[in-house]
Amino acid sequence: MASNGIKDQVAIVGMACTQFGEHWDRDASDMLIEAATDAYKSAGVEPNDVDAYWLGTFASGVSGLVFSEALKTPYKPVTRLENMCATGSEAIRNAAYAVASGAYDLVMAVGVEKLKDGGYSGLVVPSPAGDGTESSMTAPAMFSLLAPAYCKKYGVDEGQLKDVLSRIAWKNHVAGAKNPKAQFRKEVSMDTICKSPRVAGMFGVFDCSGVADGAAAAILCRAEDAHKYTDRPIYLKAFSIAAGPNEGFISGDYDFTTFQEVVVSAQDAYKQAGITNPREQISMAEVHDCFTATELVLMEDMGFSERGEGWRDVLEGRFDGDGAQPINPDGGLKSFGHPIGASGLRMMYEMWLQLRGEAGPRQIANPKLGLTHNLGGQPGRCVSFVSIVGNEIG
Amino acid sequence: MSGILRYGSYIPYFRLDRQAAGIGRGERAIASYDEDSVSMAVEAGRQALGGAAVDTLMFATTSPPYAEKLNAAAISAALDLPAQTRSLELGGNSRMGLAGLLLASELGHAGRTTLVCASDVVVGAPGGARERESGDAAVAFVTGAGDEAIARLLGSASTTAEVLDVWRLPGDPFARQWEERFGIEILGPVSVDTAKRALSNAGVEPASLAKVVLDATNRRDVADIPRALGLKSEQLADPLVDNLGRTGAAHAGLLLAQVLDTAKPGDRILVLSTADGCDALVFEVTDRIASGRPARSVAHWLASKRTDLPYNNYLKWRGILPFEPPRRPDPSRPAAPVMKRHERWKYAFHGSRCVQCNQGYLPPQRVCVKCGAVDNMKEEPFAHQPCSITTFTLDHLAYSLQPPVISTVVDFGCGGRMACELADADPKEVGIGDQLEMTFRRFYTGEGVHNYFWKARPVR
Repeated sequence: MASNGIKDQVAIVGMACTQFGEHWDRDASDMLIEAATDAYKSAGVEPNDVDAYWLGTFASGVSGLVFSEALKTPYKPVTRLENMCATGSEAIRNAAYAVASGAYDLVMAVGVEKLKDGGYSGLVVPSPAGDGTESSMTAPAMFSLLAPAYCKKYGVDEGQLKDVLSRIAWKNHVAGAKNPKAQFRKEVSMDTICKSPRVAGMFGVFDCSGVADGAAAAILCRAEDAHKYTDRPIYLKAFSIAAGPNEGFISGDYDFTTFQEVVVSAQDAYKQAGITNPREQISMAEVHDCFTATELVLMEDMGFSERGEGWRDVLEGRFDGDGAQPINPDGGLKSFGHPIGASGLRMMYEMWLQLRGEAGPRQIANPKLGLTHNLGGQPGRCVSFVSIVGNEIG
Repeated sequence: MSGILRYGSYIPYFRLDRQAAGIGRGERAIASYDEDSVSMAVEAGRQALGGAAVDTLMFATTSPPYAEKLNAAAISAALDLPAQTRSLELGGNSRMGLAGLLLASELGHAGRTTLVCASDVVVGAPGGARERESGDAAVAFVTGAGDEAIARLLGSASTTAEVLDVWRLPGDPFARQWEERFGIEILGPVSVDTAKRALSNAGVEPASLAKVVLDATNRRDVADIPRALGLKSEQLADPLVDNLGRTGAAHAGLLLAQVLDTAKPGDRILVLSTADGCDALVFEVTDRIASGRPARSVAHWLASKRTDLPYNNYLKWRGILPFEPPRRPDPSRPAAPVMKRHERWKYAFHGSRCVQCNQGYLPPQRVCVKCGAVDNMKEEPFAHQPCSITTFTLDHLAYSLQPPVISTVVDFGCGGRMACELADADPKEVGIGDQLEMTFRRFYTGEGVHNYFWKARPVR
C-alpha cells in the first residue's frame, strides 16, 4: 500500500487555453475544437499522432462522444470523467497515469465547460432523484462558514478579516488585469470589493469567483520522449487526490477552519515530489480561490503559512504577483470564472507559461516548481486535488 | 365514560398586525411560508402526545395540502405512529375539528385511543372580513377511556343544516359567503337549540358551567346563546379575536385547550361550533387535569411571536401576490421511491448511532466514519432532542420566500451533527451557541409535490 506517484516519468509538451468568459456565440464543441487544435499546434503534432484522450466536463455533455464528435477523432479512446471542481485536473492526472503505465505514447487531457447557457446566476449542480431532505445551501453560503470560524479560532476581528479577504480578491484581479485570457481584465479597488453587495455571510459579490465558459488542453508523453516535441517541456512531479468521508458534517470536532482533504492531498503530493518545506520550495501556486476565504484557508492547509498566520501573510503581500510566493499569478478563479471541466487545465496552462518563461507581464523570476490545486464540494466534505510540476528533472 | 386524556396546541410564530396592514385592529396569526395544516398538526400533535400511545389518528382541516392523498398519513409518519394506526380525515367545513373531537371521544367507549388533530391555514380574499378575522393554528387531543381522562365527555348534541352560508369550490383560493344576515337567521336558532340539547343530554345546568366556548364561521351565529342560556359574561371563554383570529377547524378545540390550560377539577365546560349545523359537547374536568397538560399553553404560544411581517410578504407566502423569482432553477420534486426508502429519516427524523463507538449520524449511516464498523448502528429518534448552533451563515442567494435563508450547522446535545435550515428566526439575532429545537415544515412544493422535512428553530 503506497502512493508512489510518477515523479519525472511524464512531461507536458504542448498546451492551449481559450479565453474564458461569456461566450454567447460558441458551443462547448467550438471551445473544444479551439483548445485541442491549439494544443496540437503547441506540441507540433498532428491529430492522428495522439493515441488517447481524457475529457473532463462536469455537465456540458455526457461521454467521450462530446469530444470525438466535435474533433472527428477516428475511433480513438476518449474517456469522459467528472470529479466536481477537480474535473479538469482529473483529466490530466488520468492521462498522465496512462502514459506512465506504458499503455500509450502520446495523449491529450482536455477540459471544457459551458455554464452560461443555463440562464441562472451561480452554479447549478445536477443531482440524482432525492428524498427532498438534502441541504439547500448555495456554494457561497457553504464557504462563508469559513470566515467567522477563522475569526473565532484565531482571535481575528471580523472587520480585519474582511480586509484580508478583500485583499485576496484585489490581488487576483490585479493579476487578471494582465492576462488576455481572463474573463475579468480590470483591477478592482479595495473599496469597491469591500462594499460589494452581500451574497452570503461576510461574502460580498467580489468575494466570489465568476461564472464563465472556457476550455483548455494539454499533450503529454513520457519524459524521455519530451524533447522530440519541445525543448522546454514541463515535468510532472506529483499528483494527489483526496475524497473525504463527510467527516465535517458528522464529527463535532470539525471547526470549519481547514479542509482535511486538502491537508491530506498536499502532504501526499509533497511526499511524492520530495518536498519538505513547501513555503520555501514551491515557487508559485494556482489554487482554488472559488471564494476569498477559501484561498486564505488553503494557504495554511498547504503549508504556505503557519496555522493562524495566513491572514498576516496575505496582508504583508507574500502571495502577490511580486511577492515571495505568488499565488494565482494568472488571476485565479476570481479573474477567470470557473468553467468546471476547464479550470484545472487552465491552472496548468499558467504553470506551462511561467515555467517556460512565457508569461509576459506576469512572469515570475526563475520559477522552478509550481503547484496547482482544486477542490470540489464544501468545507467539511470535498474532493481535493494537488499537482506539482517543474521545468527540470530531479 | 370517555373523554380527553391529553391535549396540545400550536400557534405559528408570525402575526399580521392588522393596523399596519390597514385591515383593522389587533393581530392575526400567520402560518410561516414553510407551514401548512399538516406541518402545524404535527406540531400540535407532538405537544399532545408527550410519548402517549394511540391506535387511531384523525385529522380535520379545511385547508388540506393534498386534495387527494391522505394528509393524515404524513402526520402519522412525522409523529412516528405505528403503521397499524387507523387513520381518517375530516373536512368540508370548520366544524369538523370539534366534530372530530366528539367522534374521537366516543371512540373511547369502543376502547380506542385516538389522536385528533385539527389544523387550518385560513386564507381570505385581500381586504375582506375572512382575511381580517381569521388566523392559522392547530390543536390536538388524545381521547380514550374515561378512567384516564382529564376531562370526561358528559354529553353532546348535533344538528345538520343544509344551508348556503359559506362555501368554496375545489381550486378556488377564497371562500364565498351568502348575505350574513341570512346565515344568522338559520344558524342562530340551530346553535341555541343544539346547546340546550347538549346540556340536557349531559344533565348540566347552564349556571353550573365554568366556561362556555362558542365558535362559528360567523360569530353572530352564536351571539344569542348567552342570553338564551342565561350565561354571565365571565362564563364565556375569550374567543381570541384580537390576538389570534378564528383559526378554522382548529378554533373550537384551541379555545377549549385555552380553557383547559387553567381549568380546575370539577369544572364543567360547554364547547360548541357552528357551521352548516352545530356540534355541542359538555366536558367535566377531572382531578387528573395537571397530568394531561402540555408543556406549552395557548398563552405561551400567543406570547411567542413576531409582529413585523409586512403585509405584502404575507400575500407572497399565501401565493396571492406574484413576485419576481430568483434567477435559480425551481426546486425539483422529491422522488417517491427515495422518500419511501428514507421515510423514517424524512418524516420521523430518525438518525442512527454506532453501537461500537457511539458516534451519532443524521441522516442515518451504515458505515461509521469514526470506527469503521459496518451495519452496527441502532436507529435513534432526534425530533425531540435539543441542539445548538455551531456555526451559521445568511444565504442571500438561496431560493426562499423569506430571504436570507439562515443556514446553520447544529450539534445535538446527545451527539450528532447536521446542516440545517433555521425557521422562525430573525437574522439579526442569530448567534453561535443559540439553543434550538426541531420543527416539522413544508420546505417547498415542486412540480405538484409537497416536500416536508425538519428545520430547527430558536426555542419558543
